[in-house]
Amino acid sequence: MSAALDLITRVRGVRGAMLVSADDGLVVAEQLMEGIKGGAVAALAASLAGRLRRAMEAAGIGVSVFWHLQGERGALLVVPGTSAGGILVVAVAEPDVNIGLVRLELLRAAEMVV
Amino acid sequence: MSTRAVESWTLQPLTDFVKEASVRLVLVLTPAGQVLAQSGFSRAVDVMSAAALGAAIVATTAELARQLRQPPFAALNHQGHRHGIFLATFVTERGTLAVLAVYDLDISSIGLVQLFYEQLAADLKAASPKGAVPKQVLAADFERELTDSLNTLFGR
Repeated sequence: MSAALDLITRVRGVRGAMLVSADDGLVVAEQLMEGIKGGAVAALAASLAGRLRRAMEAAGIGVSVFWHLQGERGALLVVPGTSAGGILVVAVAEPDVNIGLVRLELLRAAEMVV
Repeated sequence: MSTRAVESWTLQPLTDFVKEASVRLVLVLTPAGQVLAQSGFSRAVDVMSAAALGAAIVATTAELARQLRQPPFAALNHQGHRHGIFLATFVTERGTLAVLAVYDLDISSIGLVQLFYEQLAADLKAASPKGAVPKQVLAADFERELTDSLNTLFGR
């Protein structure tokens, strides 16, 4: 699991990465810079993932494979769902991070933890 | 969902917790089983049962911890197929209080409940009457106290 998180945190501009139990909203593993509330991010990201999954099912557009929430001071990037065996792979990043690269590493990390 | 309090300082923190954590049922009670506030219950008998069982679990887990020579357990979570039950205690100026919450697994999670429970405990600690001596419910007054509490909790 540590190796999976290393893939993500080595990307420049990533402030932290976590593996989160999608059902429980609990942190499974984390590598976070100081000041990031891992437990809160995990619980809220898992809650959001559950609601997004239901919205996408209702819309009939299948499961989500990646989401990216851009804030003023950073971004939250998540690979949710069954592709990672009920584990969400979450990254917290600077606003100017290379989103494409983080997405790639999140998907690779998800494959590692299945 | 109705949220009512016997002690008014508990109402706002409990209302916020119910909204944020998306919990279905909540009791704020003393370890003796005296209910200070409730949310989501529609029948007095359910509040009485849940309070008695919650107080019993607090007592048994405290004794279990004592026998293991450990400090009392901070929180207990039971996860079923569709619902989870969360029970935790914390200390306020009003004395030790327990929170018993029941949540649906498809709209909430233990992570979410734990997160907002911490906020609830902090809010209740801040709101609790300072310097108050916890009121002892004497056996002679127990039935009247219970009836008064249930009347308040169910708006009678």
